[in-house]
Amino acid sequence: MKKFATSILIFWLAAVLLGHLLQLNPNAIDLNVILNNPSANHWFGSDDLGRDVLARILSGVEVSFFVALVVTVITMSVGVFVGLLAGFYGGKVDAVLMQITDVFLAFPGILLAIAFAAVLGPSLTNLILALCLTGWVSYARLTRGQTMSLRNRQHVLAAQSLGASVPRLLFRHILPLLASVLVVEATYSLASVMIAEASLSFLGLGIQAPNASWGTMLRDAVRYMLVAPHYVLIVGGCLMSLILAINLSGDYLRDKLDVRKED
Amino acid sequence: MSLLRRFVNFITVIFGVLLLTFLLIHLVPGDPVEVMLGESASSADRAALRADLGLNQPLIQQFCSYLSKLAHGDFGQSIHTKTPIIDLLKTRYPATVKLALLSLIIGLVVGVPLGIYAALKANHWQDFIVTIVSVRLSAMPAFWLGPMLMLIFAVWLGWLPVSGMDSNTSIILPAVTLGFGLSAILTRMTRTSLLEVLNDDYIRTARAKGLSEKTVILRHALRAALLPIITIVGLQMGSLLAGTVITETIFSWDGIGRLLVESIEKRDYPVTQACVLVVALSYVVVNLCTDILYRLADPRVKFGG
Repeated sequence: MKKFATSILIFWLAAVLLGHLLQLNPNAIDLNVILNNPSANHWFGSDDLGRDVLARILSGVEVSFFVALVVTVITMSVGVFVGLLAGFYGGKVDAVLMQITDVFLAFPGILLAIAFAAVLGPSLTNLILALCLTGWVSYARLTRGQTMSLRNRQHVLAAQSLGASVPRLLFRHILPLLASVLVVEATYSLASVMIAEASLSFLGLGIQAPNASWGTMLRDAVRYMLVAPHYVLIVGGCLMSLILAINLSGDYLRDKLDVRKED
Repeated sequence: MSLLRRFVNFITVIFGVLLLTFLLIHLVPGDPVEVMLGESASSADRAALRADLGLNQPLIQQFCSYLSKLAHGDFGQSIHTKTPIIDLLKTRYPATVKLALLSLIIGLVVGVPLGIYAALKANHWQDFIVTIVSVRLSAMPAFWLGPMLMLIFAVWLGWLPVSGMDSNTSIILPAVTLGFGLSAILTRMTRTSLLEVLNDDYIRTARAKGLSEKTVILRHALRAALLPIITIVGLQMGSLLAGTVITETIFSWDGIGRLLVESIEKRDYPVTQACVLVVALSYVVVNLCTDILYRLADPRVKFGG
């Protein structure tokens, strides 16, 4: 099951590459085929402007992967750095940093990202910025907890007594031990960033027309649900397969790397 | 964490939330007044709005007057309709609370019994199916589940209204959309914590003294197993409140979430600010209540310990 999920994920990645090779045109408008059912020419049917849904799905998932990767890399770097500092130094540094994360955690779920995206104005860069501003907190929390228990490990104390500098302790002796936990966390966060991106786009705060995003496509699909139910089913089905595939791949990695996810 | 420390933490978090929402309007790239009014606005209008929002004062002073206005229940007024924001909140907030409470009830009524069932059938196929559904489908976002439910129950079967708030049944689809994720999490939690408790000594004792299985489960095991549920419900209220933004938009439910999205579309930033603040504050207060409730419910967790 989990291996199967990983292959679905690989399938999606391959589909993105294939979409590039075929040079599909996701923005080509054809007013003769508005909201048509799936056919030989348009495998997934066409949308309200007669654009090919398959081409737009592929272009949308590419944007989604891009946003998810960029946001995950940035939030992980910032969060891990903050968490390492808080966990290693403890005391006042820890108290201040954790108070800041508490404030960010006080905003439920995606609300803060919506607020940031709203005031910054809709664009790809601002979308990434909004997701980064809110996404680092979970990494900081995770890293802090792990660092606190790792900093008193024998090998860290030994390195410290040999005179290793703090950056060396943090990055050479503590961080490598966090790698597997972080990899698993990153996999899950890929899925949650994709959902967040689609949510923002769904609300009109993310990717802007004419560029394709699964969130905006789903919003259009809901609008035309009565006349073209296939549209919402296809976009919904693709979204589900991708999210499930990523989450199951996360489970697979977690089992492989033997990481116990703390709830 | 002691009661005092918890309280200090609560106050600083509230302060941080206020500061962050206050700063929101200052994150607008360029001139917020121009963004809100558009380029065609006259300079007199701009100056009036700027003075009204206090944007020409020093930042600290702006923050202080923001706080003092809030303390008097004054959220400012909408730029477009000129109505006081507090009036908007008064009509919209109850709708959201109603929706959130109903989905909470759905979550509890569906989630807890399913969790008990899965625990009792642990490692049988029934457990397997319940777990798969709860673990996997709970990862699906509201903007996926909402349209799917709408398609099935409103468009195809025609049992329920597609959207709006006109009939009594309008609340069902949005509430189920919101409650589904919660019920899935509750199923999982109830199952796990019940299974844990079932291995405890006092359960063996209860069984040994000849109590019926029903009494053992319902009176002895469930009581202890439900404790973590309080925490989960509290924590999930946050995603429930955030989920209302999307769900209300999908189903045209006139709550605070939809107000937020509308205000963003109209660039009515004072309204946006107020909505974000109200939702965040509700969440913080719910979390504090959860914490207190948990300590009251579990004699082992004590304030000041």
